[in-house]
Amino acid sequence: MQIYLNGEEKQIPANLDMAGLIGLLELTGQRIAVEVNEELVPRSSFEGHPIMANDRVEIIHAVGGG
Amino acid sequence: MPSVAAEQTPATPLNNQFPRTDIDRSMPNEIHNDSFSVAGREFTSRLLVGTGKYKDMQETRDAIDTSGAEIVTIAVRRTNIGQNKDEPNILEVLPPSEFTYLPNTAGCFDAQTAVRTCRLARELLDGHNLVKLEVLGDEKTLFPDVVQTLQAAEELINDGFDVMVYTNDDPIMAKRLEEMGCVAVMPLAAPIGSGLGIRNRLNIRTIVENAKVPILVDAGVGTASDAAVAMELGCDGVLMNTAIAAAQNPVLMASAMKKAIQAGREAYLAGRMPAKRFASASSPVDGLFF
Repeated sequence: MQIYLNGEEKQIPANLDMAGLIGLLELTGQRIAVEVNEELVPRSSFEGHPIMANDRVEIIHAVGGG
Repeated sequence: MPSVAAEQTPATPLNNQFPRTDIDRSMPNEIHNDSFSVAGREFTSRLLVGTGKYKDMQETRDAIDTSGAEIVTIAVRRTNIGQNKDEPNILEVLPPSEFTYLPNTAGCFDAQTAVRTCRLARELLDGHNLVKLEVLGDEKTLFPDVVQTLQAAEELINDGFDVMVYTNDDPIMAKRLEEMGCVAVMPLAAPIGSGLGIRNRLNIRTIVENAKVPILVDAGVGTASDAAVAMELGCDGVLMNTAIAAAQNPVLMASAMKKAIQAGREAYLAGRMPAKRFASASSPVDGLFF
């Protein structure tokens, strides 16, 4: 199944929830925030949040900035 | 007497020619507890710093420690998936136990992107709701798009954010942003990263005089004297990044900025002498023996 992850096409297994995707990317436990199709997905909802084909997933973290 | 007439002639606006009219003569000679508060949080340092453009994380930490800043801005960006896993994160280098974060919306050119960015930042920081809103108008100037800024500010305030807002040095817009509920208004001194200093002192002074919320100069400061001028104009604080990070020696510049902010603040509280066009002897004229 294809999704757009941080702006790039990515193939992922079907039937993955957000917690599964985060695990696949080895980001479990990292300080990140996620939105899908421009809507925030709270960390508390990762478990069980379904990922659909062509979802636009953004995973962000904090960086230095002014 | 022509000399008296000359003395009464309003001088041309030289540096910092805006004496306070509300000087409190009973104030102590040293300022011990001159904190400022924003959104119910109390701070001692009136210097707020960005965390971008440093050579590395060590220099970031050293410069910010030296600056004495308590509020630091951060940006949110896409995670580099699979890359630089061992690189320390800015939140580890500047831990929340020591600093108040001010996540920004740098790089946002429309209200909706800015609102999304703030929501992501709040989630990232476990519900921390203090944000720096900036919605930019174009790449060349990075001047704020005030129409989009107003729209985003309204949406964020309705969503429970405490909004410190970057805006033009426009007293009308500053007042509007205050009235709609922004917790601090942060007019630019000059374009972001330009180091041009305070281009419109009269407007900054007018914004300060009109305001009931903290006014902080944000962007455009180049060197220590610029920061001192902002404080002498009565600003509650100054937010800067490039002026420190792009100095030849950022840590030394951080030290200079800390002192400039303090000096400017004390000069403002002390109430400067009125500037005059011509001389006024400092030694007594009476008792001259020649």
